[in-house]
Amino acid sequence: MADDYKQSRPIYMQIVDRIMRQIARQELKVGQKLPSVREMAIDSGVNPNTIQRTYSELERMNIVETRRGQGTFITEKKEVLEEVKKKLQLELVGRFVESMKELGISEEEMIAELKAAFKQGEEAEKID
Amino acid sequence: MIKLEKVTKKYGKETALEDVDFSFLPGKIYGLVGANGSGKSTTLKLIAGLVQPSSGTVTVNGKQVNRKIAADVSYLTELDMFYDGFTVADMISFSASQFQDLNLETATELLHFMELDKAKKIKELSKGNRGRLKLVLSLSRQVPVLLLDEPFSGLDPMVRDSIVKGLLHYIDFEKQTVIIATHEIAEIEPILDDVVVINKGHLAAHFHVDQLKEEQGLSIVEWMKNNIKHS
Repeated sequence: MADDYKQSRPIYMQIVDRIMRQIARQELKVGQKLPSVREMAIDSGVNPNTIQRTYSELERMNIVETRRGQGTFITEKKEVLEEVKKKLQLELVGRFVESMKELGISEEEMIAELKAAFKQGEEAEKID
Repeated sequence: MIKLEKVTKKYGKETALEDVDFSFLPGKIYGLVGANGSGKSTTLKLIAGLVQPSSGTVTVNGKQVNRKIAADVSYLTELDMFYDGFTVADMISFSASQFQDLNLETATELLHFMELDKAKKIKELSKGNRGRLKLVLSLSRQVPVLLLDEPFSGLDPMVRDSIVKGLLHYIDFEKQTVIIATHEIAEIEPILDDVVVINKGHLAAHFHVDQLKEEQGLSIVEWMKNNIKHS
């Protein structure tokens, strides 16, 4: 299969998540045309009705626009895309903090751990 | 639309299906799941006109199903149904002689897509390639109803993948109704709209796949583990 999907989350939402990540990484750019529903379905190995739902959801979130007879495009509004990135960041940080709290780690310790991890990363790069 | 109304099917004293009411809508891919002997194949055979209900009616687009429904229904059996001496090309032309709606252009495209050699004798094909050829024959027909009985059984993941891709490429999502009876439900879940669960000859459940996940956070396999008891 082209993609592996988690069992517990609706597939159309998993594809929404994937497209949002691609926007945040700028693999998908402002105003870019998305593949047709059928193309996207074949690439993703899912039912076209699922992709239709993905596109509708993205449209509802104002992330894409459908132009009649032309297809579906990433919005031209940069601020919407900035929001997407911000939202993903908040989610990730939220999840991190939540998991660390579950381990009983304090705020100070978390920050210290993060700094240490970055330092380690930098040193590893230097060695490379 | 395919409509089963109060359908019961008995083989001698064995009841394969009992009092089943269900409609399959066009433009959807259905997964038909259930344990061995639950009535999956019987359901498909009733729609294909290969067996007749003991009571109740089966209709396809308003037509009562009999053997002539083969003109409207493409049925892929779980069995092999080839003449060994035939080549792949022979098999395509034989099918074309039986079904007027078989589109030779689509068949050629599909053979290419599935990387099948036209000149090869069927007895020289691997099991996986015979599985692919069966799908080529089914998908080449322009029919309102496509029934696939265990299209993946015994095939390796590569073949399964090419079959799934073939389905997505060639199904007419505007018009066709596709029903796939399978045990390999987890693998095809992403391409299904709906799942129909059959248990001991009864219709146990019917879901919209994404709805099941949204409302209960469950995949079909998980739902079945929780709800269907093995005897």
